[in-house]
Amino acid sequence: MMNSSDAATGAASPAAAIIVEDLHVRRAKIRVLDGLSLAVPKGRIVGLLGPSGSGKTTLMRSIVGVQVVQSGRIEVLGLPAGSRELRRRVAYVTQQASVYDDLTVRQNLGYFRRVLGAEASDVDRVIERTDLGSVANRLAGTLSGGQRGRVSLAAALLGTPEVLVLDEPTVGLDPVLRVELWGLFRTLADEGATLLVSSHVMDEAKRCDRLLLMRDGELLADDSVRGVLEVTGTDDVETAFLRLIDRGTPDLRPIDESARFAQAAESTADPDSGSEAAR
Amino acid sequence: MTLVRTFSTAGRVLTQIRHDPRTVGLLLVVPSLLIGLVAWIFTDTDVFATIGPAMIALFPFIVMFLVTSIATLRERRSGTLERLFSMPMGKGDFILGYALAFGFLAIFQTAIAVSFAVFVCGLEIEGSIWLLFAVAVSDALLGTALGLLASAFARTEFQVVQFMPVLVFPQILLGGIFLPTDQLPEGLEAISEWLPLTFAIDALTAVADGSEDAEWILSKILVIAAWIVGSIVVGSITLRRRTP
Repeated sequence: MMNSSDAATGAASPAAAIIVEDLHVRRAKIRVLDGLSLAVPKGRIVGLLGPSGSGKTTLMRSIVGVQVVQSGRIEVLGLPAGSRELRRRVAYVTQQASVYDDLTVRQNLGYFRRVLGAEASDVDRVIERTDLGSVANRLAGTLSGGQRGRVSLAAALLGTPEVLVLDEPTVGLDPVLRVELWGLFRTLADEGATLLVSSHVMDEAKRCDRLLLMRDGELLADDSVRGVLEVTGTDDVETAFLRLIDRGTPDLRPIDESARFAQAAESTADPDSGSEAAR
Repeated sequence: MTLVRTFSTAGRVLTQIRHDPRTVGLLLVVPSLLIGLVAWIFTDTDVFATIGPAMIALFPFIVMFLVTSIATLRERRSGTLERLFSMPMGKGDFILGYALAFGFLAIFQTAIAVSFAVFVCGLEIEGSIWLLFAVAVSDALLGTALGLLASAFARTEFQVVQFMPVLVFPQILLGGIFLPTDQLPEGLEAISEWLPLTFAIDALTAVADGSEDAEWILSKILVIAAWIVGSIVVGSITLRRRTP
């Protein structure tokens, strides 16, 4: 499915899909991000967690290339963020469902498909993946908030992008749907996609491979889920978040060092810590 | 590839409008109703014969300005513009797509408004009705182009409406409807001569009373066309892929 392009990116940068170095962003004269550096490994689900106002959306917008940045370097799949070539390989889902309310689900997806230049059959594929078949011919404006969010997500899946940047995709969803969506994210990562998923719900962190914990535009942690919990001596991400604030020094173990952690986390996170922590 | 995106954008905009009967009504019926109202007001006088052509310029122009600027602004507010700009969508594709869609609607709108003015309201046209139609279409397109330009500088619907008194009202006041432009004070006359709506009103009035030849009319249409192209170019330049 992603044969030639996948090989090409693998050659360009072996481990990281997204590299951010010393990023400074000001919005309306307020420093939102002040010297942020991080990396997102390829083929993983990285959770970007933090309270609202911590700079998650600004970081995501910068990575996608729609944010004016003051300084810093952002590389996505080995190319500068916002490069023309990336517009087909990186998909972005904004917090608010960005779909046309006065078009049907199918018309929305059909239009975005043509803009991307993806195959016509892609529309049916993403409708099936996001379970929108029963509402495909309804106007997006008549759908529930959760359904509209899924239309927005479906549009991002068109053309099988290599990197997905998802801003609070599960907000306001009922638990059943949330579990289903995380299942979908896992499938996409297993197929080779890299996912950066933001959330302010700490209990979603356990479903990620790695975590970026943010507060006031700075990183509290850049580590595997297991790494964060070990460092803070807890089995609960919310507590870990609080302990990191108290500790004063962030837990930064970028991909290279913690590659084995990530590997370990992947094999153990679901059966062990998952059930332990389901309090 | 660019053509595909331009045309699919135009098609998408038209599909959206088709789902919204009120906008269809505003675009296609309201200008004719307003022209009819003006004709009715002046039933017992011969004023309509003089200002009727200007009304064909005025109402489609305003309606197109409003609908276009708010439609493109909604695109910004809903986040779909940000999504499109994170996709391989060119700024030119986007603006031209809108211009094509509303241009297409302008043709229908004008056909209805001109027919209504001539056949229902009894507006007498000395010159060619085809020339009248050509001027009226380019005038409606001008409304669209200025609407696209205005929305590029507005962040909210409220700001778009603020452009009405700034961009649209002076053109109405100075366009020669209230007082022929050559009777305006010198300074205002000079300004009036630069405003695109003045050209449209002049040209329509000239076609109606048959006072000028086709060549003169075409030269006016060319000026309007230049304004349309200029607005679209500036509008697409000012569109920003990256926003603060």
